[in-house]
Amino acid sequence: MTTRVLVPSGVLGLGFDRAALSRGVAMKPDIIAIDGGSTDSGPWSLGAGQSKYSRAATKAEWRHLMQARAEAGVPLVIGTSGTCGADATVDWMYAITAELAAELGQKLTVARLYSQQPARRIVQALEEGRVTPLTPAPEIDADGLRAMANIVALGGVEQVQAALATGADIILCGRVTDTATIAALPLARGEAAGGAWHGAKIAECGALCSTNPTSGVILVDFDETGFTVEAMAETALCTPHSVSAHMLYENSDPFQLYEPGGYLDVRGAHYTALDARRVRVEGSEWVPGPYTVKLEGARAAGYQTTIMAVLRQQHYVTHAQEWADKLHAFLTAQITERMGLTPPDYTLEFRMIGVNGALGALENRQGQPAEVGVLGIVTAATQEIASEIGKLINPWVLHYPLTEDEELPTFAFPYSPATTDRGPLYEFALNHVMALEDPMSAFRLTVSEVG
Amino acid sequence: MRLGDKVLKVRSKNAGPFWITIDIFCGTPEAFAEVSGKLETQRVADLTGTPLQLVKRFDIADLRVVKLSIPRPVVQGSRDDRDMHGAALAVLIDEMSL
Repeated sequence: MTTRVLVPSGVLGLGFDRAALSRGVAMKPDIIAIDGGSTDSGPWSLGAGQSKYSRAATKAEWRHLMQARAEAGVPLVIGTSGTCGADATVDWMYAITAELAAELGQKLTVARLYSQQPARRIVQALEEGRVTPLTPAPEIDADGLRAMANIVALGGVEQVQAALATGADIILCGRVTDTATIAALPLARGEAAGGAWHGAKIAECGALCSTNPTSGVILVDFDETGFTVEAMAETALCTPHSVSAHMLYENSDPFQLYEPGGYLDVRGAHYTALDARRVRVEGSEWVPGPYTVKLEGARAAGYQTTIMAVLRQQHYVTHAQEWADKLHAFLTAQITERMGLTPPDYTLEFRMIGVNGALGALENRQGQPAEVGVLGIVTAATQEIASEIGKLINPWVLHYPLTEDEELPTFAFPYSPATTDRGPLYEFALNHVMALEDPMSAFRLTVSEVG
Repeated sequence: MRLGDKVLKVRSKNAGPFWITIDIFCGTPEAFAEVSGKLETQRVADLTGTPLQLVKRFDIADLRVVKLSIPRPVVQGSRDDRDMHGAALAVLIDEMSL
């Protein structure tokens, strides 16, 4: 048997070539699967429980995919809805789907797979010794788990298969692994496990495994001995190099990929060009292991206010770090005197944009930039305190002189007010796996009709 | 001569919130042989401030790629992070002398 999976792009919201999508639909896929999320842009999405992509972009692209689904007459699955796959973003995706169903006149069955975890479940698993740290892992305890804004578990193919088994037209998944939505149907139909997971990994970023990454659309045929991958855009080619090189992408280990219930080992994989566009892959192996799901959690680690001054006068550019150090010492005293606060009640940091803004202490180049942006970052227990510190330091960030006997300098503020309240600073606080006896015991399914 | 002048591209990316992976795309078998032979893992450890024993290294002749993965110097998105996607780290390798 062959199971044909159409992957429209690496993530919903990033765009795809619509002609390539039409070509993919014409190839009669068995399922259309797309990813909706990632941790790659940081902890904010999971902490806030919000999508990082705009609703307008998401809805516009989802409309095309719902139309493609209707034409193909097969299930449409999205993994990690709304960037983080929290319950709130699954429901956000559901609301978009319901709106579109009404607008398009489609009557649909929609399954929602929820991956969010109540803290008490993780606390209990921790007490039962079912939570294991990966490397490197933050320390966790019951109080720390209860303080997290959101915790999700990454579902694998078992949970997606349970959703598929409902017969739903559209499946909106909470957090699942990038590969799970693609590998689920081939595995349910008995295709080779190594090939299913490997092909899913190759296709999970869409056309990134081809010579034209932005075209998006990829088609994978899974069967009993491996998989064949082809890009749907006419300008995109899958070559043995473009396909095999994709195992490097965002993987710390290019040969082993851990998933719920085992790992993929591609050391024995061989990649063959069938023609100029298609690559055949065989020889990858799935190694079953204990059933564990990875956990992701985000917690608020304070609130932030920022301020930016640009130094342009060459004397200040040359002595920018010295200026920032003196200013920092002065402001620390001012904050203590006027607000009664001392670190670690808050932190104040100045980053030198143009000097070592991206690399900090690891920077090993020096030069004389035309200007230096000094980014002040205040972090405190509440937004009110961070904002108050921002206002307190504002006049000195604008006017602080490098030497005592000079005329008062004024630096460039790019906007008014000079301070910006950033809200909570979320941080990733889990790098652990949780063992489950029943894969569905930490996930739940809801099925409803729309349109 | 800088390493970056000998190879096609040096790329760094997050591999999840706790790791960064650096891919050196050498291009030719000759460049791969030179980079693979001359690049000391200890120097990468020093440049990125990583204990040597935590650096994972893969020399992949088929792809003509040397891949190095390190635990993130600071966890992605935490207060001290300066580079959310981990992409700037690649320049330290690109600009090192071989």
